[in-house]
Amino acid sequence: MSTSGATDAVMAPEPEPPGGGEERPLLDVRNLHVEFRTREGIAKAVNGVNYSVHAGETLAVLGESGSGKSVTAQAVMGILDSPPGFITQGEVVFQGRDLLRMGGEERRKIRGARMAMIFQDALSSLNPVLSVGEQLGEMFRVHQGLSRKEARAKAIELMERVRIPAARERVKQYPHQFSGGMRQRVMIAMAMALEPELIIADEPTTALDVTVQAQVMDLLAELQREYNMGLILITHDLGVVADVADKIAVMYAGRIVESSPVHDIYRAPAHPYTRGLLDSIPRVDLKGQELYAIKGLPPNLLHIPPGCAFNPRCPRAQEVCRTDVPPLYRVNQERASACHFWKETLDDDSAPSGDA
Amino acid sequence: MTTAPRPATPERPAGPDPDGREPILQVRNLVKHFPLTQGILFRKQVGAVQAVDGVSFDLYPGETLGIVGESGCGKSTVARLLMNLETPTSGEILYKGEDITRLSGRALKAVRRNIQMVFQDPYTSLNPRMTVGDIIGEPFEIHPEVAPKGDRRRRVQELLDVVGLNPEYINRYPHQFSGGQRQRIGIARGLALRPEVIVADEPVSALDVSVQAQVVNLMERLQDEFGLAYMFIAHDLSIVRHIADRVGVMYLGRIVELGADAAIYEHPTHPYTQALLSAVPVPNPEAREHRERIILAGDVPSPADPPSGCRFRTRCWKAQELCAEKDPPLTVPPVFRGTAGPTEHPSACHFAEEKQVVPPE
Ligand SMILES: Nc1ncnc2c1ncn2[C@@H]1O[C@H](COP(=O)(O)OP(=O)(O)OP(=O)(O)O)[C@@H](O)[C@H]1O
Ligand SMILES: Nc1ncnc2c1ncn2[C@@H]1O[C@H](COP(=O)(O)OP(=O)(O)O)[C@@H](O)[C@H]1O
Ligand code: SF4
Ligand code: SF4
Ligand SMILES: [Mg+2]
Ligand SMILES: [Mg+2]
Repeated sequence: MSTSGATDAVMAPEPEPPGGGEERPLLDVRNLHVEFRTREGIAKAVNGVNYSVHAGETLAVLGESGSGKSVTAQAVMGILDSPPGFITQGEVVFQGRDLLRMGGEERRKIRGARMAMIFQDALSSLNPVLSVGEQLGEMFRVHQGLSRKEARAKAIELMERVRIPAARERVKQYPHQFSGGMRQRVMIAMAMALEPELIIADEPTTALDVTVQAQVMDLLAELQREYNMGLILITHDLGVVADVADKIAVMYAGRIVESSPVHDIYRAPAHPYTRGLLDSIPRVDLKGQELYAIKGLPPNLLHIPPGCAFNPRCPRAQEVCRTDVPPLYRVNQERASACHFWKETLDDDSAPSGDA
Repeated sequence: MTTAPRPATPERPAGPDPDGREPILQVRNLVKHFPLTQGILFRKQVGAVQAVDGVSFDLYPGETLGIVGESGCGKSTVARLLMNLETPTSGEILYKGEDITRLSGRALKAVRRNIQMVFQDPYTSLNPRMTVGDIIGEPFEIHPEVAPKGDRRRRVQELLDVVGLNPEYINRYPHQFSGGQRQRIGIARGLALRPEVIVADEPVSALDVSVQAQVVNLMERLQDEFGLAYMFIAHDLSIVRHIADRVGVMYLGRIVELGADAAIYEHPTHPYTQALLSAVPVPNPEAREHRERIILAGDVPSPADPPSGCRFRTRCWKAQELCAEKDPPLTVPPVFRGTAGPTEHPSACHFAEEKQVVPPE
């Protein structure tokens, strides 16, 4: 224990999420815990997530499938499937107020109007029996009390904003008549309709082809700049993160294991899992040698290993990792890492990371 | 040559093999159209989905040919044609010089032993009611000459070991394995008959990054060990860059550019390849500002009604009148002929020119 980086780190059992400076974040998720009570047992899907995003900022939440990215987002949006899902601890502070302590009616008003979500699978999130125009218009009719005609005009305007060609004609069409990329634009239009302060986009381009993905990401980034929105971009693609994010939160087994401004993390990760991810992706700009492969598999959430959840797969694991859960150590003003040996990891440039 | 109404089959579409080897597979002008019919009683054909429309390439022993392209461009159909799971509308697939589209019975069976497939989806491509031992050993039922009955269990265990799974898992069922492990089972099965060619259709696309690297490394190791030739299909250009020796880029049923890995990634001459490469997000935030992004307009047109002339012209920023009139053949463009540089590779564009889009590091 005395040789670990832990001893000289500033240890805070419940640290403020890093980043942001003085001003109040738009959204501040603190120590969020979510579990699913299923027949097989209790699946601990989210185990103390901390992240924050400011107006005009893009936070990327990165992690492999099952790491808890979507469940966290659902808890923030207030659309968690409950039961079986239960929020057991934590705060979701939006514009200074804890959403988890708000009444249902009040929350519903915030959802859609002040914060909106974009899903991966646009086809199943849109209503198949309503025309696109009706669905977009409904937002204005319900939230702003516009007439049918006014709402339709607004819908067309929105479709033009997200660059859907021939919006006037296509407003009458149904979701299945749109291509995947166009449907995702409709989803974006729907999320943008009431000009929310925060958008959570859950793998918005994962189902799309790479050229269409580029179109959609471009649009999203442009709209964000224009309206100075906070954007939480959930993804498993390190390339997308590097392209658009200001800061990044890496999730593993329901925890943020590292958070950092995007430039720093690619230069020098402070958590062995981040390090492993960066080394294991093939790159279009590098031919490279054998890929580094993280050994083993992500844990079963019914049986998360004691100590650090990553310890069975970690090349750096020591005895302490098998017994003590690493707190989120503050690496510097803007960075944090949940690793007993974050210092050693940060300083280590022996492995073939990036070759940059 | 300039009067060719359809992309002429280049004499050697793949370019000469540097080692002067004979190709193990030669695909010539392969076409697969799926008829679109109307009416229930009197089904009449009203058109056709031109899923694959004149594809030619060679595959050499021991090499990896990567095939990339967007969804629906015909990659899986090419794979299924190679595996004899579909009958081509026209064209030839020569295995060591013999056209396998015309073979049947015994002769076909003998060839099929040498060409095996690994599928994309490790969740649905394995029969849930069969044990791992039965799944991997199934090919021996069809080709008993490869492994006599008494020897099969040992052979299956050997195969499990080769792909990095515990040989004791032989009696388990697919649902007891993770995605990456199931993909290993699929690979073990593909290896059972000691094939020379493995057609892998998106073998790692369904896997998480950390597991994807394990499977890619395994495939590379097995290739060296057994001298396998891979046709590696993927929509992920980074994976193909990593694993392929040569790359073919497909668009709407055609190969539009074909060449060595460095030629395609560092010296692309076809506008579609350039757009595709420029759209790949690079995990390097420093490259953000310096990158030129080519954002294509619109979507891929329907393969039932492809544009006249060059099929890419509806999205191409360089398109001119000629592009609507004349179909550019997949050959080395005249400007690059005899240059002996990396741009001297087949590219189906009337106005091919080099453009570096992936920032060199
Ligand atoms: N049996 C079939 N009947 C009709 N059309 C078909 C059939 N099989 C494939 N197609 C069509 O042929 C085209 C090529 O399909 P294919 O599956 O080869 O694409 P792909 O490149 O593998 O795409 P993906 O990246 O999505 O796997 C598509 O338009 C597809 O809808
Ligand atoms: N409705 C549900 N019932 C039970 N378990 C769930 C439910 N939704 C999600 N989970 C579990 O929660 C974990 C995290 O899921 P998720 O947040 O969707 O992961 P991802 O990071 O891929 O978005 C997974 O193990 C998933 O199986
Ligand atoms: S705490 Fe230990 S096991 Fe966990 S990431 Fe750090 S070194 Fe590895
Ligand atoms: S032939 Fe014309 S339309 Fe086709 S890729 Fe070349 S320039 Fe573009
Ligand atoms: Mg998810
Ligand atoms: Mg396919």
